[in-house]
Amino acid sequence: MPLLIKRLLFFAALFVLWESVYHLNLVYSFWSPTLFPSPSGAVSQLYIGFFETGILRVAFSESMGRIFTGFILAVLIGGALGITLAVSRLADETLGSLVIALQPVPSIVWLPIALMMFQGGSSAILFVVVLGGTWAMTLNMRMGIKNVQPLLIRAARTMDYKGAELIWKVMIPASVPAALTGARLAWAFGWRALMAAELIGRGGLGRTLMDARDFYNMDLVVAIMFIISAVGLAVEYLFFSRVERKVLRRWGLQEKGSGR
Amino acid sequence: MIELGIVIRNVSKTFCSAEGDRTSTEVFSDINLEIGHGEFVTLLGPSGCGKSTLLNITAGLEEATEGSVTVDGRLVQGPGADRGVVFQEAALMPWLSVRGNVLFAVKKKLSAEEAGRRADHYLKMVHLSRFADAYPHELSGGMKQRTAIARALAMDPAILLMDEPFGALDEQTRTLLHRQLLEIWKQTEKTIVFVTHNIRESLLLSDRIVLMGARPGGIREVISVELGHPRNPLDKEFAALERRILDLLSDEISKVAKEEYGDAFAD
Ligand SMILES: Nc1ncnc2c1ncn2[C@@H]1O[C@H](COP(=O)(O)OP(=O)(O)OP(=O)(O)O)[C@@H](O)[C@H]1O
Ligand SMILES: [Mg+2]
Repeated sequence: MPLLIKRLLFFAALFVLWESVYHLNLVYSFWSPTLFPSPSGAVSQLYIGFFETGILRVAFSESMGRIFTGFILAVLIGGALGITLAVSRLADETLGSLVIALQPVPSIVWLPIALMMFQGGSSAILFVVVLGGTWAMTLNMRMGIKNVQPLLIRAARTMDYKGAELIWKVMIPASVPAALTGARLAWAFGWRALMAAELIGRGGLGRTLMDARDFYNMDLVVAIMFIISAVGLAVEYLFFSRVERKVLRRWGLQEKGSGR
Repeated sequence: MIELGIVIRNVSKTFCSAEGDRTSTEVFSDINLEIGHGEFVTLLGPSGCGKSTLLNITAGLEEATEGSVTVDGRLVQGPGADRGVVFQEAALMPWLSVRGNVLFAVKKKLSAEEAGRRADHYLKMVHLSRFADAYPHELSGGMKQRTAIARALAMDPAILLMDEPFGALDEQTRTLLHRQLLEIWKQTEKTIVFVTHNIRESLLLSDRIVLMGARPGGIREVISVELGHPRNPLDKEFAALERRILDLLSDEISKVAKEEYGDAFAD
């Protein structure tokens, strides 16, 4: 049986099971029926939120705007920081240890400080998203540059490449696979940080989810969780893994024809 | 007086380990060698005798502990585009196409148009025009090596330094590349220094064979090969030279082995 069919059947079964439990609950009330979401209810909330009231459309585009900006900033800042750490011994021994110390701190922990620094609002959330992605990008970029094959550098040196040009034309392109891993992690961490920050902060999918809970609209809560998962999957599988497969092949890091 | 060609004077090389001098290894000391313009010289010797080290010092990728290397009277202080290097592994940039790799070497000092013309010319010379747009991961080992050769040639260096460029190739591809290399050498009159541990390869290609040995490292003998091209291994003179070098080399190898295994090796 093809994989796709297996998965479709599994999710259909899950849907039916959940829906039946919901209907049983309507009859027997072993749990407050207003607090029990149904999958069909969630799907209709998706429709209403996107095409009738528009609240999901607004929240969705706000969250996407934030993650997009945050992700780009994290990749740029982390990339630059990673390159600096890789080429400067002094920076690596000082700034590098700060990065390593900050890296295990979940970025949502920065939200209280950020809210004070930026007087609340969107910039604080953006700050948390950027911070969520920056360290992973930094450390991967640093490793990428440090692990460039010495032979490539020697070869380039015999062709008169040196200094900044050697970094731009050889070391950075050679570490694209590592940078890509960093970017994928930055996105994943950033997306999770964004949702956490929006639950506490203002606007976007996270805030709308909290509002829906306050109105006991559990169907809408589940609908938003669908969206959060769908965005994660789409970016992970439709974007990153495709790009990654191509890059790994070209950079000769994957056996020919061994891709799925 | 300016001495033309490559002049290697009293060159010694000792590798020191990172922690002090306790485990330093002397590769060779007091090497003297002169290589004239347009000469094809091979460095031949057992593994570990310092052939690559000597080539890398000439390329400017490694520093001599003592002594100096000059090229046409100028002291070698680092790598330069006057000395093209072909490494044992092709060392191609994986993110660039075959043509992109050749362009990479020449676009710094040439106009885009001239660089493109040059790349196409040398790709044709190594019979890779059809693969100009392929990426390294799509090439066979021999094709990668030919790309690396085209890249080194496109820089049009007066000197070509080649470190076992055909070591990993099958017999047929190697024979083909030998013929192409000799062709190119005849056409362009470059000076070629070619590292190998294959006696036949050195006899097929070079004007002079520099025989190196280990412990103590250094040049054992320099043998002139006064045979015209194309050379035939079945030729009597060729075979005699081959036997002579084989004897010299096996002395070297058994000496090293005796040191390594003690008297147990003695027959
Ligand atoms: N970076 C290094 N650090 C320490 N020792 C080194 C280094 N590079 C080479 N050596 C030593 O120098 C000696 C000569 O090495 P080299 O690579 O020049 O040998 P080779 O003649 O090219 O051998 P092969 O035919 O196996 O390539 C070896 O004994 C090796 O152990
Ligand atoms: Mg070697």
